[in-house]
Amino acid sequence: MRSPPIPEMATQEVQLNETLAHLKTESDTLKTKLEEERAKLHDVELHQVAEKVEALGQFVMKTRRTLKGHGNKVLCMDWCKDKRRIVSSSQDGKVIVWDAFTTNKEHAVTMPCTWVMACAYAPSGCAVACGGLDNKCSVYPLSLDKNENLAAKKKSVAMHTNYLSACCFTNSDMQILTSSGDGTCALWDVESGQLLQSFHGHAADVLCLDLAPSETANTFVSGGCDKKANVWDMRSGQCIQSFETHESDINSVRYYPSGDAFASGSDDATCRLYDLRADREVAIYSKESIIFGVSSVDFSLSGRLLFGGYNDYTINVWDVLKGTRVSILFGHENRVSTLRVSPDGTAFCTGSWDHTLRIWA
Amino acid sequence: MNMSTTNNIAQARKLVEQLRIEAGFERIKVSKAAADLMSYCEQHARSDPLLVGVPTSENPFKDKKPCIIL
Repeated sequence: MRSPPIPEMATQEVQLNETLAHLKTESDTLKTKLEEERAKLHDVELHQVAEKVEALGQFVMKTRRTLKGHGNKVLCMDWCKDKRRIVSSSQDGKVIVWDAFTTNKEHAVTMPCTWVMACAYAPSGCAVACGGLDNKCSVYPLSLDKNENLAAKKKSVAMHTNYLSACCFTNSDMQILTSSGDGTCALWDVESGQLLQSFHGHAADVLCLDLAPSETANTFVSGGCDKKANVWDMRSGQCIQSFETHESDINSVRYYPSGDAFASGSDDATCRLYDLRADREVAIYSKESIIFGVSSVDFSLSGRLLFGGYNDYTINVWDVLKGTRVSILFGHENRVSTLRVSPDGTAFCTGSWDHTLRIWA
Repeated sequence: MNMSTTNNIAQARKLVEQLRIEAGFERIKVSKAAADLMSYCEQHARSDPLLVGVPTSENPFKDKKPCIIL
């Protein structure tokens, strides 16, 4: 027979539960208030305002280059600021630097792990960062000597407790931002490997991130398996805005070129646009016929076009303002896993599970 | 049992703090936000190569012959 709980402990337990109940009520009230405040300012839809904008004509975009060389699924790619070099990473553990004009491979590194899910080019063009199932982000300085073993100069920068899903240099070679399957994002000093700031708030794996475009803006956006897109203050580590309208994992987030909005791509087969100053979703890019997830999104230079790479092997091109699809591109023979527009906006590159990368223009 | 309730309280407090920050955000109307997005697109349309297209001779990717450095 169990003895009854000591009276003091029972009172304490009741008090704690009361506090918990009060906090729950307060958070529910705040959530309702947030929805009301956002709704008050929802006076019109973006596509309605955009009715007076001239419709876009027909687009002819084709594959102009095919980069072959990876032995397995291409998982990630990034452009160099010189607008011609590209770094890509693959499930086979290889990271390759290409000259996209000539399709020549300039460097190749074999990582100690498979599934290199993230890679990024340093702003100087002198190094690349990558990582994946090793839970780390490592930086490799690129040597002019083609024969030099890049792996020898490797620097381990970030350490997470689960896979690395994305990485990105800030405006210099000195700092790297990472996101991970461990549910956090983090900012690191490249030279020392020191953790400068960590970002907690996602309730599940963080899959993607993007840095705000302005050199003065110290914010970034992340998306995760908790269906949330969070905007963070890099200095304080605080989550300043959060958006939860997707119905499944958010695989990709990308800022609109002005920095006032960002787009997201999700396993729910939609892309969405969130305006940061209106603090709400302002557009959904979807069609009944599109049922496969979006793996990656990016804007054209003016922000008028949104390119989405999909798991049904296609690329859909959307009119950001009107919300309509303007083109569908075929070519890859498996999922499109990564997509980035070149720094000068003349082309965009896609990577696919079909082992290749394609340049479109 | 006390430990998990204490943890839940800590989590609930964090959530309330976070929500307070978000509720205090200064928002603008969608009509204003939309107008600004449109204005940005319009201002930069002419210099958007994928939008307006550039002549084959000017786009290095459209030139099928690889560059030869002499």
